[in-house]
Amino acid sequence: MAEHFPLGLILLFPAIGVVFNLFVGQRAGRTTVGIVGAGVIGAAFVVGAVAFGRLLGLPTGGALTSTLWPWIEAGAFKVDVALRFDALTAVMVLVVSGVGMLIHIYSSGYMAEDGDYARFFTYMNLFVLSMLTLVLADNLLLMFVGWEGVGLCSYLLIAFWYTNPEYAYNGRKAFIVNRVGDAAFILGILTTVWVGATHGLWTLNFVELRQHIAWFGPATATMICVLLFIGATGKSAQIPLYIWLPDAMVGPTPVSALIHAATMVTAGVYMVARLNFLYLLSPDAMELVATVGTITCIFAATIAITQPDIKRVLAYSTISQLGYMFLAVGVGAFSAGIFHLMTHAFFKSLLFLCAGSVIHGMGGEQDMNKMGGLASKMPITCTTMWIATLAIAAVPPFAGFFSKDMILSGAYTSGHFGLWLLGLITAGFTGLYMFRLMFMTFHGESRVEPERAHHLHESPPVMTLPLMALALLCVIGGWVQLPEGWLWGGSFSRFLSGSVGIFKPALEASDLGLSILSLAVSLTGALIAYIFYIRYPGLPTYLAWRAKAIYQLLLEKYYIDQIYDALVSRPLFFIAQYVLFKGLDYYTIDGLVNGTGTTVEASGDAVRRFETGNVQHYALIYLIGAVGIAAFYLYLVMR
Amino acid sequence: MSGWLTALVFLPLLGAGFVTLQSDERAAWRSAFIFSLIPLAISFYLFAAFDPQQASYQFVERYDWIPQFGISYHMGLDGISLFLVLLTTILIALSLLYSGGGDIGFRVREFCFFMLVLETGLLGTLVSIDLFLFYVFWEVMLIPMYFLIGIWGHGRKIYAAFKFILYTMLGSLLMLVAILYLVFRARTALGHLTFDLPDLMSVPLTMNEARWLFAGFALAFAIKVPMWPFHTWLPDAHTEAPTAGSVILAGVMLKMGTYGFLRFAIPLFPDVAREAAPIFMALAVVGIVFGALLALVQPDLKRLVAYSSVSHLGFVVLGIFALNPQGVEGAIYQMLNHGISTGSLFLLVGMLYLRRHTREISEFGGLWQSIPIYAGIFMVVMLSSVGLPGLNGFVGEFLILLGAYLHTWLAALFAVSGLILGALYLFYAYERVMFGPITKDVNKALPDLSLREIAVMVPLLGLMFFMGFYPGPLLNRMEPSVLALVQRTHTHIARIDSPSATSAVVAELTKADRSR
Repeated sequence: MAEHFPLGLILLFPAIGVVFNLFVGQRAGRTTVGIVGAGVIGAAFVVGAVAFGRLLGLPTGGALTSTLWPWIEAGAFKVDVALRFDALTAVMVLVVSGVGMLIHIYSSGYMAEDGDYARFFTYMNLFVLSMLTLVLADNLLLMFVGWEGVGLCSYLLIAFWYTNPEYAYNGRKAFIVNRVGDAAFILGILTTVWVGATHGLWTLNFVELRQHIAWFGPATATMICVLLFIGATGKSAQIPLYIWLPDAMVGPTPVSALIHAATMVTAGVYMVARLNFLYLLSPDAMELVATVGTITCIFAATIAITQPDIKRVLAYSTISQLGYMFLAVGVGAFSAGIFHLMTHAFFKSLLFLCAGSVIHGMGGEQDMNKMGGLASKMPITCTTMWIATLAIAAVPPFAGFFSKDMILSGAYTSGHFGLWLLGLITAGFTGLYMFRLMFMTFHGESRVEPERAHHLHESPPVMTLPLMALALLCVIGGWVQLPEGWLWGGSFSRFLSGSVGIFKPALEASDLGLSILSLAVSLTGALIAYIFYIRYPGLPTYLAWRAKAIYQLLLEKYYIDQIYDALVSRPLFFIAQYVLFKGLDYYTIDGLVNGTGTTVEASGDAVRRFETGNVQHYALIYLIGAVGIAAFYLYLVMR
Repeated sequence: MSGWLTALVFLPLLGAGFVTLQSDERAAWRSAFIFSLIPLAISFYLFAAFDPQQASYQFVERYDWIPQFGISYHMGLDGISLFLVLLTTILIALSLLYSGGGDIGFRVREFCFFMLVLETGLLGTLVSIDLFLFYVFWEVMLIPMYFLIGIWGHGRKIYAAFKFILYTMLGSLLMLVAILYLVFRARTALGHLTFDLPDLMSVPLTMNEARWLFAGFALAFAIKVPMWPFHTWLPDAHTEAPTAGSVILAGVMLKMGTYGFLRFAIPLFPDVAREAAPIFMALAVVGIVFGALLALVQPDLKRLVAYSSVSHLGFVVLGIFALNPQGVEGAIYQMLNHGISTGSLFLLVGMLYLRRHTREISEFGGLWQSIPIYAGIFMVVMLSSVGLPGLNGFVGEFLILLGAYLHTWLAALFAVSGLILGALYLFYAYERVMFGPITKDVNKALPDLSLREIAVMVPLLGLMFFMGFYPGPLLNRMEPSVLALVQRTHTHIARIDSPSATSAVVAELTKADRSR
């Protein structure tokens, strides 16, 4: 079942990239840095593909393993730096390194003018290294290394243009919010160790945990799953910890594509799928995952409708799509969640890269109110972005259709009608905000400022070629999992079944009926966007004026940032500054200490007329006081 | 019997003498640095030759010193002290190397002299098994530190030096009383005076006596750590001390407190330690949160690092009083981590001070542009300090949290907030110092790190990565000693109060008391 394979190579190549770019990148020149930066990720992809080939030769549930070295051993607790490559990991590794490589290639064009070229590629390589560690780890603790590592890279890349204080702040916000989730994640890990320890096996190894799943009662399983899921809400930007992701968009656009859309933010979904055996023990935790996912899904989609910034629309769209994935894994349709993770990686990274291409062509402009009619100027970007839009809007036969369909059918057939309905409505919103984005950017009247219009140009081939490659994936990527009974239908689920099991629907439903329904809702959203932004372009302004309160609420993102600021940040700083520092530490404790000295000094002064301010006397008095206390103490002890 | 430990402890003192003979300041500094390399080499040898299977003392040396009082020259090294010895020799050597670069502007010879005397005091404290010998070294290390702060410090250096020494002396005195009481009890029980730790560990005590004695030791150590609320000497002393002084103070001297718990307070009074564990864990958690929140609002970079020590040492105490292998090993590991990462932070702040003669955070901003190497190294050090997995801090913090969780899950629940706040205060400070536009013209032309400064930082950075990825060689060597300690706290039966202890001992003690 488990076969040895040098999986360390998958990590070694990105690690070489990090070291190279960090130490010699500045001197090596841009071309070399670009080639090495993208090349090492490509090499990791090739090793991953070879491993994938080997895995296909093994029976279902097989895996490749490699133990690198023992890591932490203390008492009975033991955890290794060990890697495991099963079906679930295979999907993740190929997506991360494959999409990652395309984005690296694109970046070498996008960042060509940037002074900190080498630093950018150092961070990007480090990110891929961390992400691959996360998905290759064979135990929770090593997974946590990757988990925090990707958070760090996210911080570094959001704050990449650090001279802007707002960007630096947003980077820190991302890291701290993630740390809040990670604190819960650590508690989940500790609880897991505790359960094993009470049975004499101190382990965090996924395989061993699965073998001893009987040790976990429903209550402990729920506790662990909820704690780990809080970690996931941070990393995967779900309610209540999603607040960092929209602000993360200030990073370079390839970063948004790779980290804040395609890979890192899906870590939470991966984690739930990885621990599916644990989550299945706790219906409550599953219910929580599905509910939080669905609410986030529709909540973020409503915000996306009103945002004027092209990247922010995509950011809220990402939060919304991640909600779909959590809905899937929450109702037990793990392979549907991972399937959507994969297709989302294709179409969302393409959307971001196209947005980047637009921003690049517009000389840094991100406001869609100042775009329009770009289709003729940027034909490749426009075409590929339309393909991605059709994919995310779940139009057949594009990739998103199959995965979103599988999720909604999973929600319906597992009996979660309420969640299914919300998911269905969100499909309409998705069509609306995506078509709105396309119409506002590429079609209708041009609102481009005249001085920018001169420079408007299509991006160079190094950027458009990755767009085309991803567009191809957006078209065919969904075909790995056709509906059951069609050609090779269900093959993706069967491949993953060794890792995440097979989804068993609780009730029968007409797949075709559900598909047609969700397609109809999606297209309705698209139609509304057409009416609003092409047919009657004055309508949005009129509506915003009529329903001012709602529009303002959505535009201001439900005022969540302001609420957090008032409830968390300000009180924290206030308590630290005035209650603890000034109040307790400075005046009370230290005051007491100095006061004791002064009192002793004063009494000494009265009796012996000591000169004050003389440090030697001061010390002597202290010493006398200390000896006095010691004597009293001695008396107590000896009595 | 080998002479390794004697050589380790007294060669620095010899070096101190040699340094005073130098006429030239440059030569004084060079000879001091070279002399600090000798104990460094010896400690590396000890690390390599250390038998990881053995729980008891190794490289033992024992001679009678003042036999009529039962005082002996008894030294040894076990899995707990070994690493602190290494940390001391490494940090002293690096501090001396750093101090040659202009950080100490005057009286370099005297400075080197005190540094080397300090090293003798620190190493002696760590290897002593005889309590009298221990106490001598314990007091010896205060004196050079007092002068280091008082002479080469900044700002209110005299106030800080006095606050430091009085606080510590107060605690020490109570410990001395407790030691003496214990020694006299030993005479009653064993028939002769003895200051030897293994002998004293077998002295029968009533539970009440044990509580008072434990309190005497614990107060001394708690001040030294410092545990909340005995910490107010620390921000002053750390902030006003010269860079090298802060490095040694934070890196090594604070550990004398936590080391004292592990070496003396807990093994001597295991029942009381077990009984008092919840109190200490609670104080530790308060320290973690309190120190972090206070660090958050400090406008002075060095004071911020000083308060962060309160938070980090809280973690160490938390692990110690979990009294299980994970907690204690994590605590020892975290002592080393704190020495490395906080020592590095103090060095970095010192380097900044050397360039700008201020440590106010508001004076900086955008430094990444002008001094990128400095900023990059600062980043790694910061990540080590916040416990990013893959670096050293994580291994210690995780084991401590695990130990605490297995003891009282509530303690771990509160302690994890330290992980969030720890990231908050450091990242917040980093952002204000390194990121943003350059607001002050003087910051535009700052020179980046010199070769010497890089040479000081590289070994520390190397340790951060090594200890993060491959903690095995360290944890292996700690394990037997830690297991023995933990075993003692768990199997030791309450000495007298417990019904299982023989009433004969009670009778014996009462009789002895009357006859006095």
